[in-house]
Amino acid sequence: MNVSKLKQKVSKHSKIQDRKYKAVVIGVSAGGQKALKTILLGLPSDLTFSIIIVIHRHSDSDDYLERSLNSECRIRVKQADEKENIKDGVVYLAPPNYHLLIEDDNTFSMSVEETVNYARPAIDVLFESAAYAYCPELIGIILTGANYDGSRGLKKIKEMGGLTIVQAPETAEVGDMPRAAIAAVEPDHILPLKEIGPFLMDMNLEEE
Amino acid sequence: MDETSENEKIEFDLLLQAIYQKYGYDFRNYSKASIRRRIRHRFSRSGLKTISEMQHKLLNDKQFFEVLLLDLTVNVTEMFRDPSFFKMIRKTVIPELKKQPFIRVWHAGCSSGEEVYSTAILLNEEGLYKNTLIYATDVNEAVLDKAKKGIFSIDRMKDYTRNYRNAGGIASFADYYTARYDHAIMDNSLKKNIVFSDHNLVTDDVFGEMNLIICRNVLIYFSCDLQERVFGLFWESLRSGGFLCLGSKETIRFSTYSDDFENVAEGEKIYRKNGKITLI
Ligand SMILES: C[S@@+](CC[C@H](N)C(=O)[O-])C[C@H]1O[C@@H](n2cnc3c(N)ncnc32)[C@H](O)[C@@H]1O
Repeated sequence: MNVSKLKQKVSKHSKIQDRKYKAVVIGVSAGGQKALKTILLGLPSDLTFSIIIVIHRHSDSDDYLERSLNSECRIRVKQADEKENIKDGVVYLAPPNYHLLIEDDNTFSMSVEETVNYARPAIDVLFESAAYAYCPELIGIILTGANYDGSRGLKKIKEMGGLTIVQAPETAEVGDMPRAAIAAVEPDHILPLKEIGPFLMDMNLEEE
Repeated sequence: MDETSENEKIEFDLLLQAIYQKYGYDFRNYSKASIRRRIRHRFSRSGLKTISEMQHKLLNDKQFFEVLLLDLTVNVTEMFRDPSFFKMIRKTVIPELKKQPFIRVWHAGCSSGEEVYSTAILLNEEGLYKNTLIYATDVNEAVLDKAKKGIFSIDRMKDYTRNYRNAGGIASFADYYTARYDHAIMDNSLKKNIVFSDHNLVTDDVFGEMNLIICRNVLIYFSCDLQERVFGLFWESLRSGGFLCLGSKETIRFSTYSDDFENVAEGEKIYRKNGKITLI
């Protein structure tokens, strides 16, 4: 039996703090705003890792989503800036119409190259670059969506020793993207939407 | 970091070093995540086993290098990309340019020219084009050839027409090109004051005094050090009171040149070089 499955069996929520994660990357598409809110609302302002999100949205959207999440959540939420230093305890969203990548020196970079899986920003682009920059100290999460973006990236995270989570498709507004990810990866955890936030809190390394 | 990925990073650096020494193109200070992604993309289609093998092939096979060169210089572009930017140019930059007897514009990293023709159209509608010279430069000669021809896919024209209107276009966009089969051929009158030339922002120097420099979505591929070099180049190339325009995610505000430029429209990344403004 594989260890992560064993852990899942033993305790869903008891602290599994055998390693410190540097970052959590989340990919989400159709139905994403609600799903993100569900996860982020419960998080404290002092997480010991950063959360970096690609949400598919229209190429000329403004930063309304960032601003509304930021005003409702305790944790800080902002749009990622080019070359910005990535900080613990901050949630970053990829800007519309740019791919978001993570550099080895813990900063963001961007690209306007072709859409990937019909998307820019693409989840695969973020996840693959995050895998190279952070793995194994990385958690990748695929949430609700109507396509298959993110499956490749999640697979890369798994191959490189990161932790992989997929939202249980039956709890997703649109189950296609989680189903595609589950088919491609065999994730470490398949969790109902409501449990993903608490799971992340368990990953938080509190100072004793 | 585990050993394989550490070794891979060394191999990437060596490959970029090899390209520089052999062909003179210097990608060593580009943002690494994106450049590695592009190299991996070509690598995974090449049938080669290691990045070092790829380096060997690059050194010995110029054609293979040219294919990779196209991958490394991301050339995606469109006409009137970010219409609000062009609208803001009309509002803030054009009135100042109208005070000048002659206007020099530099499009740095112009790719296949869509952005250059957009500017030409805008200047034309403002009655300025006849007094303008546009220098359109890029490091990639293949896209420059395309830019010179000014022939684009007809499929894109619907989107471009919408962009043009949102950018404050005042004529009929279809008047600026002739449709031939599945191509749109840009009007010759738009080409006559454009000089296309190769110029590498990393290794080449200043070549003229500009009233307006437009360099969008190029600096996102550069490291901070390289951005700094390019801002220096732009500062030297601009007349006092000249304008610098960057892409929507790029900013001069983290560079040492920040104080040398005032914000004209920070949201649209339009800056103006400080100093005494003179005519000609
Ligand atoms: C993404 S395109 C941007 C095109 C256009 N400015 C726009 O925003 O739509 C980036 C362009 O920068 C060019 N480029 C990359 N490195 C360069 C360099 N060192 N010097 C000049 N141009 C460069 C590429 O060849 C490519 O055509």
